[in-house]
Amino acid sequence: MTSMPYKLVIGLEVHAQLSTSTKLFCGCSTEFGAPPNTQVCPVCLGLPGALPVMNQRAIELALRTGLAMNCQIDSVTKWDRKNYFYPDLPKGYQISQFDQPICGEGYLDFPDPEAPGEMLRVRLTRAHLEEDAGKSMHDEAGGKADSRIDLNRTGTPLLEIVSEPDMRSAQAAKAYLTELRLLLTYLGVSDCNMQEGSLRADANVNLHLEHEGRTVATPIVEVKNLNSFRAVERAIAYEAQRQFEAWKKTGQEMGQAPKQTRGWDDAAGVTVPQREKEESSDYRYFPDPDLVPLRITQQQLDTARGELGELPAVARRRLESSEGLKAYDADVIVSQGRGVLGYFDALIAAGASAKRVSSWIQQDVLRTLKEQNLEIEDFPITAERLAQLLVAIDAGDVDNSRGKDVFQYWLDTPSANLEQAKSALGIESVDRGEIESLCRELLEENPQVVAQVQDGNLKGLGSLIGAAKKKNPNADPKLVRQLCQAMIEAMG
Amino acid sequence: MKLELLSAVELGRKIAAREISSREATTYFLDRVDFLDARVNAFVHVGRESALALSDQVDQALSSGQVASPLAGVPVALKDVLCTDSMPTTCGSRMLEKFQPPYTATSVANLLQAGLIPLGKTNMDEFAMGGSTETSFSGATRNPWSLERTPGGSSGGASACLAAGMAPLSIGSDTGGSVRQPAAFCGVCGLKPTYGRISRYGLVAFASSLDQVGPLAHTVEDLAASLQLLAGHDSRDSTSLNEAVPDYSAELERPLAGLRVGVIREHLEHPSLDAEVRQAVLRGQQMLKDLGATILDVTLPHTEYSVPTYYLVAPSEASGNLSRYDGVHYGFREKAENAEGSQLEAMIARSRSQGFGAEVKRRIMLGTFALSAGYYDAYYKKALQVRRLIADDYRQAFGSVDVLLGPVTPRPAFGLGENMSDPVQMYLEDLFTVGANLAGIPAISLPAGFSEGGLPLAIQLHAPALGEARLLNVAYQIQQARFFEPKIAELS
Repeated sequence: MTSMPYKLVIGLEVHAQLSTSTKLFCGCSTEFGAPPNTQVCPVCLGLPGALPVMNQRAIELALRTGLAMNCQIDSVTKWDRKNYFYPDLPKGYQISQFDQPICGEGYLDFPDPEAPGEMLRVRLTRAHLEEDAGKSMHDEAGGKADSRIDLNRTGTPLLEIVSEPDMRSAQAAKAYLTELRLLLTYLGVSDCNMQEGSLRADANVNLHLEHEGRTVATPIVEVKNLNSFRAVERAIAYEAQRQFEAWKKTGQEMGQAPKQTRGWDDAAGVTVPQREKEESSDYRYFPDPDLVPLRITQQQLDTARGELGELPAVARRRLESSEGLKAYDADVIVSQGRGVLGYFDALIAAGASAKRVSSWIQQDVLRTLKEQNLEIEDFPITAERLAQLLVAIDAGDVDNSRGKDVFQYWLDTPSANLEQAKSALGIESVDRGEIESLCRELLEENPQVVAQVQDGNLKGLGSLIGAAKKKNPNADPKLVRQLCQAMIEAMG
Repeated sequence: MKLELLSAVELGRKIAAREISSREATTYFLDRVDFLDARVNAFVHVGRESALALSDQVDQALSSGQVASPLAGVPVALKDVLCTDSMPTTCGSRMLEKFQPPYTATSVANLLQAGLIPLGKTNMDEFAMGGSTETSFSGATRNPWSLERTPGGSSGGASACLAAGMAPLSIGSDTGGSVRQPAAFCGVCGLKPTYGRISRYGLVAFASSLDQVGPLAHTVEDLAASLQLLAGHDSRDSTSLNEAVPDYSAELERPLAGLRVGVIREHLEHPSLDAEVRQAVLRGQQMLKDLGATILDVTLPHTEYSVPTYYLVAPSEASGNLSRYDGVHYGFREKAENAEGSQLEAMIARSRSQGFGAEVKRRIMLGTFALSAGYYDAYYKKALQVRRLIADDYRQAFGSVDVLLGPVTPRPAFGLGENMSDPVQMYLEDLFTVGANLAGIPAISLPAGFSEGGLPLAIQLHAPALGEARLLNVAYQIQQARFFEPKIAELS
């Protein structure tokens, strides 16, 4: 990246679907996946005479998000109509916010993907509420030209978070989006399910080049509807290269061509020009006379602030400073979401050491969640139970490798307590004398290993540990290694 | 018994007293519609079956002692801009020629709840745009007092059906005078309440910030009784006022001694004011004086800007409100066969150009222009600023007077076709009525005798926001003093 002959300039517009149970202006359900046009009413269909009534919950969630993103919140916000014709837009206008968005300027800090431990900051222009449109489905199979429209999604509340063009690489854009998604899920304002379209991004991309002693900017391209992190990264990287090639060919600069809209073809890995919804983007915004301007009270702000909870950035710092985790480990834990962080905190609260908890979560818990496709909330081993085990390991009552056996046992038998698991697995403490005689036995049985070690090749000790575990699974591998080595040296 | 000579309240009393059944009354008016409406064309839909079925239900409720309201069992005509789930709602447009709403307007639901019997839907200017009921896709309505003249508009059907005795009560809507002006032309009483006093849910939107449902009747007592049923907060309309509804009928008898009446100088001295209309206002002034009121001269300095302001605000909002009629989801659609270019755009363009009439298209274009980028500040925004000045004029005036007196229209009913080729002349007819809509205040049109040519004359009273009780009180006292008598036009 560093050798690129241009500077990449990226701004993101992110649409997050708010986790309300009903739509922005009516009582219809927002649940995903219902049969087409079953979650509609006169209001969201835009039938003549129907009127919008605001969902107060959406306001609360937007305020919470704005505060978490350090946004300026004005005391009055209002609704505007954005006029354009499109078949999946039933009223012929979208109710959105134009000049008085609910959240004004703010910023978001996130870990720099290219410099571990460093942070990047993206300034936010605004975040405004708006209703979603419906979904058009085109069936052109077999020469048909059928278009069907599903209006279940119309009126679903969206928060559009608009950034300044502060990102300088596709990786940074992806990292910003990752942090934003994490923040929104921590806040509980959106499930951010990208497959279901709960989080979608548009990227504004152009290049700044040094050319004949001056800085030249290429025309801005908006890449629409990126619905995965991978797509964001790939589309931006592709677009950068495409714009560079185009500039070399045409020399076209910003202002010499209108802003272009392109779509991302994920299968082909290219961006393709899209037809604009309007010839020019004159949406004729004006205040929606069906909705009175909204006053944001201090009480609403206080309530929203009280509902923020611990944000990811704060949690990372806490895990580093109070729990002594490395930045990388803290980030892994925090990035798993509020559920996993809560699990971590519960283990710590029950007395387990942070480092051991961190390693067990990262290795055993996360692997199991992934393998079994589970959420932490559904994880069969409760934090209280796992804490007992980790405390026992910390105390030396159970060795770490036998602990893994207990963990496996609990996955199938979550109702067993630690004692039951230990007795089922035959885990008991072995005294030093027993281990010493075990080691003596092993050395007699393996003269070639003894010889190897005497020659300075310590690898053989590993095979002794394996053999010891076979004879007595409760043998502490560290102690076996230590004793065997000492005995061989003594034989020297 | 000639039921058309009774007021709605009198008819309600007879029904409550079981002197006549609701079915008999309903049949009586339905028969009059059958007999007379071929000449007047006040109705676009008559719901004989549903009306009779409903009247039977109400009769049953009355016989078991469940009297819902003073108007239980009384027939009512509904302007075809109000959504009804048992009758089509066409708004006088080809666009909605076959539209059957799946829901009922809150105002209509309130009437049904109180046991009123909808006879059918009355004719109107297309989407309430017009001042003569000539822009209706169902053809013009005629003024029962002179069949070659207009009944006014856009609630022309609502006023004509009263004047011809085809209904004892009717409900219209008033965006710039559409209840008061036709009431004036047809010699009946019409009330435009405070903006937000009656729910707009189910009232097909023309200009959302100006639209208000309003009753038309032969007597002020009827207006009070119907407003009592129509008014109130509606959680489905966020612009609906959350204010207690006073007992309007209880206030009617209050004496006028001590009342301060302001005569609007700019209205009374306006060069376009017809001499006979002016005389009627002066007669009203004298009567109020005789009733004990003090007469004061007041000024509304921004009067001359009210029509231009109105004709920027209303079309701007209308251009958005009418965007939903695109041929996609319901209503009129014209196929895009043989169109060049986008089939979708051709379908939308053809549906709109053939589904809408000339006046509606004119206003959509006006509004679209006024809202477009580059003109917004000069037109729409400026209009909003002037609107505030106009509202301030009224507020100022009400600092020293209780009600304002003036004319409703510059002249009595004009001839059919007279203004159709001159839209600006048509717009100027609204000069004295639009101010109340821009300011959101209540106003009432009262009959004031007849011109030498036999045409109804009228006067208008305004009150401050939520001053309906006082307004109706003053109007009632004028009527009790025999300033006018309810009259039915003879159509033999």
